[in-house]
Amino acid sequence: MPTLMSGARMLLECLVREGVECFFGYPGGVTLPLYDAVYDHPIRHVLVRHEENAAFAASGYAMATGRVGVCCATSGPGATNLVTGLVNALMDSTPLVAITGQVHSKLIGSDAFQEADTFGITRSCTKHNYLVTNLGELPQVVHEAFYIASSGRPGPVLVDIPKDVFQGQAHYTPVSAIHLPGYKVFTEGHTGQIRRAAQMICDASRPLIYAGGGIISANATAELREFTELTGAPVVCTLMGLGGLPSDHPNFISMPGMHGSYAANMSLSHCDLLIALGTRFDDRVTGRLNAFAPHAKVIHVDIDPAEVGKNRTPDLPIVGDARRVLVKLNKLLAAMSPADRCRNPAARERWWAQVRAWKQEHPLAPVFSDTEIKPQHLMAEIDRASGGRAIVTSDVGQHQMWAAQLIRFQEPRLWINSGGLGSMGFGLPAAIGAQFARPDKLVFSLVGDGGFQMSIPELATIAGNGLPIKIVVMNNGYLGMVRQWQTLFYNNRLSAVTLDAFPDAEKLAAAYGFRGRTVERPGELRAAIDEAVNEPGPYLLNVKVSPEENVYPMVPAGAALNEMVLTPPQPVPVPK
Amino acid sequence: MLQVISLLVENKPGALLRVTGVLSARGYNIESLTVARTLDPSLSRMTIVVDVDPNLRQQVVKQMNKLVNVLQASDLTDSPAVRREMVLLRVRAPLEMRTAILKEAEIFGARVVDSSPEGFALEATGPSEKIEEFIDVMRSYGDIDVTRSGAVAVSLEPKKLRLQPPVPTKAEAVRIE
Repeated sequence: MPTLMSGARMLLECLVREGVECFFGYPGGVTLPLYDAVYDHPIRHVLVRHEENAAFAASGYAMATGRVGVCCATSGPGATNLVTGLVNALMDSTPLVAITGQVHSKLIGSDAFQEADTFGITRSCTKHNYLVTNLGELPQVVHEAFYIASSGRPGPVLVDIPKDVFQGQAHYTPVSAIHLPGYKVFTEGHTGQIRRAAQMICDASRPLIYAGGGIISANATAELREFTELTGAPVVCTLMGLGGLPSDHPNFISMPGMHGSYAANMSLSHCDLLIALGTRFDDRVTGRLNAFAPHAKVIHVDIDPAEVGKNRTPDLPIVGDARRVLVKLNKLLAAMSPADRCRNPAARERWWAQVRAWKQEHPLAPVFSDTEIKPQHLMAEIDRASGGRAIVTSDVGQHQMWAAQLIRFQEPRLWINSGGLGSMGFGLPAAIGAQFARPDKLVFSLVGDGGFQMSIPELATIAGNGLPIKIVVMNNGYLGMVRQWQTLFYNNRLSAVTLDAFPDAEKLAAAYGFRGRTVERPGELRAAIDEAVNEPGPYLLNVKVSPEENVYPMVPAGAALNEMVLTPPQPVPVPK
Repeated sequence: MLQVISLLVENKPGALLRVTGVLSARGYNIESLTVARTLDPSLSRMTIVVDVDPNLRQQVVKQMNKLVNVLQASDLTDSPAVRREMVLLRVRAPLEMRTAILKEAEIFGARVVDSSPEGFALEATGPSEKIEEFIDVMRSYGDIDVTRSGAVAVSLEPKKLRLQPPVPTKAEAVRIE
C-alpha cells in the first residue's frame, strides 16, 4: 500500500534505501521543508559552517568508505558555494550526491530571491545533474543519481529540487528498477585483450606497474597485490593511488611525477612495458608527454573509455573495471609456470638491480635539523604516529607533496586529498567526513597555514561534534608552493605569498573549547605529536617549520621526468 | 576538414546543452547543428558540424558518448554517409532577370517556393559545397537573404545501437523504521 508523504520525506526515504547514514549540509529558505523532515528523521544531518565544506566533507566520507557521500545546500548562494566541491569530486572521481533546493517552480526564471540556474551552472561540474520538475519523478531521480554517482567511473551527481516539490504530497511507491539506456558502464574488459596483456607481461624485460586512484575506487588492492607478486614488477602509485599497494611492500617504489621520487621517475623513463591501471596520465605525472615512458609499450586499463588514448595512445587498451580485469589477468598468470610468466629472468633481475640502485642513489628520506623543524621531519613524525594505519587528510601544496612522499599507507582509503583540482581548503572538512565515516580511526588533518585559514570555520563543526581529529598545521608562514615557484622561476620576487598574523593556535583552539599548541623546536615535536594523538578530543597542533624549504625532487613544468631537479640549486658564484 | 558528428540523444531538458558543452568547454565553434525528433518521439537525432583538431576528434566523440542522455555518438567524417543541407534563399528579381534566375535555379535543382513582383524565394537541397555554389551564383543577381539549415547526415553503415538494460535499485532491500 503506497503511503502519502511529502517530497521532503520521500527524499529522505530514498536516501535511507540507498544506505545513507549521514549527510552534510547547510539549510536555507527553500530547503526549510526538507529540514523540517530531517528534524525527526533517523538520518543524521551534520551542520557544517560553509556549503563548500559540506561537499568536501561528503568527499572525505566517500573517499574513506567507497560509499556515496551526500551533501545538501539551499538555492542560489548555497548551490553556488557547492561548485568547487563538485568539480573536486569530478576530477578525483569521488562518488557524491548533492541535493540543492531551488525556488518554487512557478518562480524559476523570474530572478526570485536566492535564485540561481543551478542546473546550468553545475552541468559541467558534475557527471550528471537533474532538475526535478514534479514530485512523481523524485524517487526515480534520486535512485538514478546514486547509481550514476557510484557506478562506472564514480563522480558527483546533483539533484536540484524546487521548494514546491519538497512541500507537495504524493503516494510513495519504492522504485524497484532504473532504466538509463544511454548510460554505458564497461566493467568486464575484453577477454582477448586481457589474454594479449598477459603475453606482453610475460615477454617484458623491464615491466613497471603504474597504479592510480582507480585501484582504490574499484576496491582492487588485494588484486593489485596478487598481480604485483605474480609479475614481480616494481610499482609506482600516483597521488590518488597511494595505499593501493601497501607502502611497505617490497615492490613499491613511491609516487611518480612532478614531486615523485628519483627511482619512480627513472623507472618510468626506462621501463619497456608500462602497465597503467586506473590512472589517467595526468600532466603532473607525465611531465613532458612526448618524453614520458619513451621506451615503453603501454597497457592501459581504465573504466572510462575517454581516458584510454586521451594523453598517451596505448599499445593495448583495456576498458574495464580495474578489479575485474586484474582478477582475470591474475587467473591467466597464475595458471602459467613461473618460467612462462617471466620469459627473460636475467633481464628482470638486471631491471630490479637498476631500480634498487636508483632507490639507493636518491632515496626519499626525511631531512632533520637541530635548529628548526624541517617539514620532512614533521612528516616522519606523523608517519611514526600513524604506522601506516591512520587516515591522513591533506590540503594542497608543499605539505601535500611531502606527505605523499614520506607518510606510509598500508591500507587503501587512508590518504585523502584533493588531487586533480588541487583545491585548497579541502583538508579540514574532508577530515570531518572521514572521521564520521570511520569513528574507529585515528584521523590526522594535515594542512598548510594557507589552506587551514580557508577552513577555520569548520573548527566549530569539529568541536560541536566532538570529533577527535588531530589537526596538524604545517606552518611555514607562506603559501609555500607558490613561494617555491616564485623563488625558482620568478627570481624570488615573492608576491602575495607571505601569510603573517597567523592566530595563536592555543588560544584559537581554546576559543572553540579544545586544546592546541604551537611547536617550533625540533626537540619538542615528537612529544607534541604524541600529546595530540593521546588527547581524547580534537587537537590543534601548529608546527612552525623552516619557511624556505622547497619540495624536491621536482620536475619543472615542461620538462621530462628524467630531467628532474634533485636538490636545491647551488648559488652561482658571482664573477669578479 | 570539418568533423561531422551524428548523435542519438534522449529528448530531455538540458541534453542539447550537455552535448554542445563538450565542444564549448574546449573552445570549439560549432559550424552547424540540427536537432529533430526521431520515429521514437522520446529521442532526437542531432547532426553537428564542427572544426575540431583532428587529433581530438575521437576524444570529443568519446566524451559525448559518456553523457547519460546520449544513446550513441558517432563520427561520420570519414565513414560512408550521406550529408545534405537545405537553403531557403530570397533573391530580388527585376523583370529582365527573372528567366535567367529560374534557369539557374533549375540547374541546381532548386524549387521556387514563393514568387512576387519583387523576386523569388527558392529552396535548394544538396551537399554543402553545392549549396555554397548556388548561393554564389544567386548573389551575382543582386541582394539575397539566405537561411541555411545546417547539415543533416545519415550513416550508410548499419551501426548497432546498444542500449543498456534496466538495473534493479537497492530500494527493495531496505525497510526503514
